[in-house]
Amino acid sequence: MEIVVCIKQVPEITEVKIDPETRTLVRAGVPSIVNPFDEIAVEEAVRIKERVGATVTVVTMGPPQARDALLKCLAMGADKAVLVTDRAFAGADTWATAYTLSQVLKKIPYDIVLCGKQAIDGDTAQVGPELAELLGIPHITYVRKVELHQDLKGVTVRRETDEGYDVVECKLPALLTAIKGLNEPRLPSLMNILAANRKEIKTVTLADLDGNPEQYGLAGSLTQVVDVFTPEPRGKGIKIDGSSPEEAAKQVVQFLLEKNVL
Amino acid sequence: MIEIDLEKCIGCGLCVKACPFAAVLLKDKKAVIMENCTLCGACVTICPVEAITIERKRVDTSKLAEYRGVWVYAEQAEGRLRTVALELLGKGRALADKLGEPLGAVLLGNHVAGLARELAAHGADKVYLAEHPALERYTTDAYTNVLSGVILQHNLNIVLFGATTNGRDLAPRVAARLHVGLTADCTGLDIDDKRQLVQTRPAFGGNIMASILTPYTRPQMATVRPNVFKSPKPDYSREAMVEELKINVDPRAIRTKTLQTVKEVSAEATSVEEADLIVSCGRGLKSPDNLELVKKLAETLQATVGGSRPIVDAGWMPHHQQVGQSGKTVSPKLYIACGISGAIQHIVGMRTSGVIVAVNSDPEAPIFNVADFGIVGDLFKIIPALTEEIKRVKVERK
Repeated sequence: MEIVVCIKQVPEITEVKIDPETRTLVRAGVPSIVNPFDEIAVEEAVRIKERVGATVTVVTMGPPQARDALLKCLAMGADKAVLVTDRAFAGADTWATAYTLSQVLKKIPYDIVLCGKQAIDGDTAQVGPELAELLGIPHITYVRKVELHQDLKGVTVRRETDEGYDVVECKLPALLTAIKGLNEPRLPSLMNILAANRKEIKTVTLADLDGNPEQYGLAGSLTQVVDVFTPEPRGKGIKIDGSSPEEAAKQVVQFLLEKNVL
Repeated sequence: MIEIDLEKCIGCGLCVKACPFAAVLLKDKKAVIMENCTLCGACVTICPVEAITIERKRVDTSKLAEYRGVWVYAEQAEGRLRTVALELLGKGRALADKLGEPLGAVLLGNHVAGLARELAAHGADKVYLAEHPALERYTTDAYTNVLSGVILQHNLNIVLFGATTNGRDLAPRVAARLHVGLTADCTGLDIDDKRQLVQTRPAFGGNIMASILTPYTRPQMATVRPNVFKSPKPDYSREAMVEELKINVDPRAIRTKTLQTVKEVSAEATSVEEADLIVSCGRGLKSPDNLELVKKLAETLQATVGGSRPIVDAGWMPHHQQVGQSGKTVSPKLYIACGISGAIQHIVGMRTSGVIVAVNSDPEAPIFNVADFGIVGDLFKIIPALTEEIKRVKVERK
């Protein structure tokens, strides 16, 4: 069994704040992490490996420092890592990212491709399904439980829906996207962190890939960011001291009655 | 490619400040672009001496003008339209009118023709209907095959999808099949002076907004979360032509099989997405035992209970009640935030609420920046007092 997990290195969003004066992102000291949903995907791959035996390969597209994210995944139990990095890949939108990953995956064997449901910096949830389409394999999104069939030729999963979940069955190869609740990712032990440094991280550049060079990076992107701005703040509201709860309650209820929302 | 004209660059450093990704540095008083540049163009806009240029692909606009018409994917489940489909018809109507193009609704399912009237009443000029037993319930493959085919046949300018679980599953698959751009979770859609669709969406957990164009391919496709746009007032005197699409679904092409559908949301409870009144709580509640306080207030108001990410992560509340970037976007008439500090990820999910009330012990909590009425104090005292006061007012009113 061959499992490929696609991951992304992202900034720790909860640490990102806006400077109220300049209205720009305050990024000093914001750490880079493995996208939390991708970590769940890695954990699931490693658990499958521990149950039935498998080779787990993690793949990321990003700048050279994304190597740190791969090391974390190797420490969690992945066997191999591929760093897809080249200036030519910069500025890729979801389509160009999926295209690049599909070209990488054409050179790696896989039965299951796992992704996080979305990255916490972009939140698009598009790369997984787009990648599956470009690979020509089925996908199941929002997976919160995976059961591998006895013959290792299919999976039965729970897929979260707007009302609950569906139980969905699919033959392999297939791509699954992981959500919270699928598992609790492990903290790698010190020994495994040290061992990760000895595992191989292969670097892939544009020269290593086939496909149309014009489909990569900004040139291949079908959407273009043309402006970036900080959101308009809501108008200033009333703020009162609540040391007298009854008085505060009276005032807020009065306010709500005036606004006609009660 | 992004390039800096070193002759022009005066080393003012404005681009360094403007870059949302920390991808520009000053080296020897000249700007240097780093590896992590996403080519978003924030630096190009701000540079006072036009020293930065990004070379983008050229567009043949005469070709693009051949694509006409705005379509809304009218998602239905079990024969009922998703409310987001109606919201999109309202926005789609405005876009279509601005372009002077027709608005279509494309409806896939089995025995769903009756929904056409509703789509017409909400603004569709024409309903494109694809009915087949294999479309009875959603599968990625069948829906992708049918929708991709009919979109291709119609040379469309714009297609909009609701960012529901299935909408977010379907739209990227269709986009990849058609090799067209797709923008997720837009909060603003407009037409610019070049007749392009300007798609605005939050990024970085809502810390910044990005405007996005799809310059080279048609249709321009976008998804929009429920509750971002207002549903238009239905006009049942409106009529729309219904065109039955000739489609063929080969069940063998459907590679996933749904064995069972389980509902976890009780039918009686109003979901946070649909609620008019929401009482929401966060970490300030300290313990799941204290949820009772919030529930009592919600009961008194006949409101739905919601929560922020930390308490959902902690397992105090199921995920479908979570409000925020990684949960639901809500837009109730009244949103009461109890013990929610107001991380930007939460704020982006509720800032379009009509009236926002916040109770928090920390006077500096960012939730107060969006609250119309903020109370700084102990929620364990204020929430019960508020519950009592509302009870009293309600009794008085009777």
